[in-house]
Amino acid sequence: MLELRHIHKSYSERYPVLSDISYFLKPGEYVAIMGDSGVGKSTLLNLIAGLDSPDSGEVFVNNTKISALNDQDATLLRRKEFGFIFQSFHILPHLTLHQNVALPLLLNDLPVDRTDVLLTEVGLRGRGNDFPRQLSGGELQRVAIARALVHRPKLVLADEPTGNLDPDTAYGILQLIRREIKKNGASGILVTHSRVAAATADHVLILTKHGLLPAATNTGL
Amino acid sequence: MKLLRLSCWLLQGEWRARFVQIIVAVIAIAMGVALGFSIHLINSAALNEFSAANKSLSGQSDMQVYGKHGFFDETVYPKLARYEGVKLANPVLEFTATVSAKLENRNDHQLKILGIDVLRAAGISPDLLGIPAEGRPMDNFADDAIFLSPAAMEWLNLEQGDVLHLNVGLESIALRVAGGLARARAGQRIAVMDIGTAQWRFHYLGVLSRIELKLEPHIHHEAFKEKLTRELGEQFYVSEITDQETRIANMSRAYRINLNMLALVALFTGSFLVFSTQALSIMRRRSQFAFLRVLGYTRRQLLQQILTEGMVLGTIGALLGLVLGYGCAVIAINLLGGNLGSNFFPGIQPSIFINLQDATLFFIIGLSVTVLGAILPAREVVSANQAGALKSGSEDSAMNRTLRSRAALLCLSIGILLTQLPPVYELPIFGYIAIALLLIGGIALMPSLAKLVFTFLQQYVSRYSRNVIILLTVARQANAPNQASIALSGVLASFSLIVAMAVMVLSFRISVDHWLDHVLPADLYVRVADIGMQGGFQLNEQRAINGLPGFVRTDFFRVQNLALNPDRPEITLIARPIDASEPDHTLPLIGDVLKLSQLPEGAMPLWVSEAMVDLYGYAVGEKVRIPVGDTWHEFSVAGVWRDYGRQFGAVQMQLSDYQALTGDFSINSAALWLDVETTMAEAYAALQQLPFSNVLEITQSQQIRESSLAIFDRSFAITYALEIVAVIIGLSGVAASFSAQMLARAKEFGMLRHIGVTQRQITLMLAAEGCFLTLLGVTLGFILGLGISLILIFIVNPQSFHWTMQLHMPWNWLLLISIVMLVSASLTAWLAGRKALAGSVVRTVREDW
Repeated sequence: MLELRHIHKSYSERYPVLSDISYFLKPGEYVAIMGDSGVGKSTLLNLIAGLDSPDSGEVFVNNTKISALNDQDATLLRRKEFGFIFQSFHILPHLTLHQNVALPLLLNDLPVDRTDVLLTEVGLRGRGNDFPRQLSGGELQRVAIARALVHRPKLVLADEPTGNLDPDTAYGILQLIRREIKKNGASGILVTHSRVAAATADHVLILTKHGLLPAATNTGL
Repeated sequence: MKLLRLSCWLLQGEWRARFVQIIVAVIAIAMGVALGFSIHLINSAALNEFSAANKSLSGQSDMQVYGKHGFFDETVYPKLARYEGVKLANPVLEFTATVSAKLENRNDHQLKILGIDVLRAAGISPDLLGIPAEGRPMDNFADDAIFLSPAAMEWLNLEQGDVLHLNVGLESIALRVAGGLARARAGQRIAVMDIGTAQWRFHYLGVLSRIELKLEPHIHHEAFKEKLTRELGEQFYVSEITDQETRIANMSRAYRINLNMLALVALFTGSFLVFSTQALSIMRRRSQFAFLRVLGYTRRQLLQQILTEGMVLGTIGALLGLVLGYGCAVIAINLLGGNLGSNFFPGIQPSIFINLQDATLFFIIGLSVTVLGAILPAREVVSANQAGALKSGSEDSAMNRTLRSRAALLCLSIGILLTQLPPVYELPIFGYIAIALLLIGGIALMPSLAKLVFTFLQQYVSRYSRNVIILLTVARQANAPNQASIALSGVLASFSLIVAMAVMVLSFRISVDHWLDHVLPADLYVRVADIGMQGGFQLNEQRAINGLPGFVRTDFFRVQNLALNPDRPEITLIARPIDASEPDHTLPLIGDVLKLSQLPEGAMPLWVSEAMVDLYGYAVGEKVRIPVGDTWHEFSVAGVWRDYGRQFGAVQMQLSDYQALTGDFSINSAALWLDVETTMAEAYAALQQLPFSNVLEITQSQQIRESSLAIFDRSFAITYALEIVAVIIGLSGVAASFSAQMLARAKEFGMLRHIGVTQRQITLMLAAEGCFLTLLGVTLGFILGLGISLILIFIVNPQSFHWTMQLHMPWNWLLLISIVMLVSASLTAWLAGRKALAGSVVRTVREDW
């Protein structure tokens, strides 16, 4: 599904952010990536999503070398194959919940019928006509999850999706993300600082300056 | 002190973040203030100079005695000279004469001549004394001498010793330029000569224009004036310098106030730009302000902070506006003179002086407008629920309280009601208030209207279109109507101003054009200088003109000025052949008309201009008395005609009635209709055959029409400047609003980029937003502008200038401006989007970067 081959990325010569990162994510696999602040987790997500280019190395998504695509092609690939869940939800305030969730479907020219299915799955049945201002933080993140999965992406990237939520809500959301990723046959990468959150993934990886390492060898998880 | 530092930090931060938008807002305020201030400076300079020039003619007199109906019998002079309390009486004859050498210049061939008694004038008006050449002291009394002011000499291109030819009827008289004047104001074109010579040479024997009085020091002026007025009787009025100043100011008051109001409307439009910049900025920082409140900033401190921002903006804008205004005034006065293209202040050369009081007033207006633009959103933000404000997505609902539809409808209703009220002191005060209320109400109603329109569009789009860009565009406008409306307010205000100006000017221009068709039916007009108080053509000349070959019809006109009310400028009496049974063939009549058969038995019909109805209360069917010849006569008002030439009033009567009443068979001008087989060249040749052809002023109706329309265009040049300012303000509003929104919406764009929306799609979406918003702004601006133009056409113009006009729509011009605004707004939005997306917008969604 996703293959990272010897990725190097730095913003200055003296301080490389990512050095020789390699990893192969199998279809249907859901991994969590942990690491200290500033270690390059978000940079790694940007590279995977084709929003940034590595200095060297290659990123393959479904056998397509996304790191070699221009902005237009990378955008089209992202539109089709990716789903995103952000810490701050990023739900458009002027669209209804239905419209927010339907965005990826419209962008991919797909029927919008699945919107209601996803809203039901995330526990927001019948609230499609509500506006984001009427929702709590947890509910907003449910909308974001529905939006991330509605178009059946191959890969879901979740960047600290529970960073703004209380522990109980966070736990529910993490379970929901896992369930939905699995149910929709997607692969997933969860970037988090939380061990509890990371524990909901199939595997946990630690991003260090030496590379992407399995958690067991480093953290004892 | 610490708080002051914090306040400065916040202010600096805001300026750093929104430098371009702030500069645009400053420019908008500066332009509004500059326009208002420059017009005010030009008008005051022209009025002051005109007033000073008129005052200089009256010298140091305490009072002046005038005939109520113009010239009066000079026998009153010895009585006044001996009148108790009068120290010195100075008789003056003032009239204009036609300069032979300037005959081809129809609108500028008259020279004002003052006939004075040198011995008397020395004590009252020493400035008017002629300075004869060395060794010729008696030239002041010579019967062939005339003294010219420097401006007159320059205009006539004459020097001391040269000969000046002036026309008196069919005669051209030669006068020797004996020298200059003791003192005259810059640009003042006057000539002075001995009063006796003037009466004799120009056929004003036995009459005077005024008698200037210098009173004994102990005399109580008010009591003296009252006693003298009573004793002189109804034929005279006594005035002081202050009365004259008021009269002069009143003559041009409506014109000046209208110009000032237009300038204020421009400033007002600029204020919407400031409002939109401030409101968007405040909305964007709503959570920051809420955070400051959470930290312990009091409501008062927050309000002070936001108002300080507005005041800094307003101070810079207003100061810049004063400097720009002064510069514009100096340039305009050099290019257009003090008239600004109109003809209210002829023959003067004013200089611009800054009066600290006026500058302060305009500074305060500019500052107040800016602070007002900041106060509405500021009030909302300080009273907002902090918890709610901290939450994202609350920005749009934040404006609900400030933009209430109910208040908007109230404004609109009051505005419409005010249009029904009469003028105040002959000024359309309520009309202007109605315009302001319409603008405020229309703009305040925008959120509801935008929501209505875009919600409808959204329903349509979601049903029939799967284009995500259109969906995003329409959904945003439908569900964030307040932000949309703020962006719209600048476009709306400026476009409505453009529509109002364009509709009014075109309606006026076409009405003038039609009016010229009506009042200039003949092919040629022939005019000759008056002989004293008589027309220049006597019966013999009229017969000669009638006998010319090549013409099918000749109408003779007797035109003279009448003073009906000493407090008002003179009206014009036109006596000409009018078919009383079909008067509308001759006159541009409006409203009810009495035919000959409907007039009372033996009544003389009088057709009055619209100004007579407004200023003197004349009405169709009413009996009125006006002085024709030596006495007052009764007439029946048979109709009202439209007159764009004389805003202080004019009446027309049958030439036969005039001649029967006065025994005066002289006429001033003739209108000639060419035979179908006669060419214009042949007609001119025929007129050249007349023995008195050298003193004739011959003009084709086409030339009069062209010069009239040229004067019209010059008079309205200022409105074109206003339209350009409005376009700039409108586009600046769009630019400011969109660039402000780009900052606020960075995260939205970042998210869209993540989920696969291309940069091109986002910029397209922004261009579509700009286009949709401007389209709505232009549509609503058109409706609002049309409403304002109706007020200008049917309320402001009739109440200010006493003339009406028909509505005409400048469709092509409006379509062109709409397209320019639509394209410019879309481009502006697109460029703002491109600029915003040029950075790494995707990173804005990361909180832990």
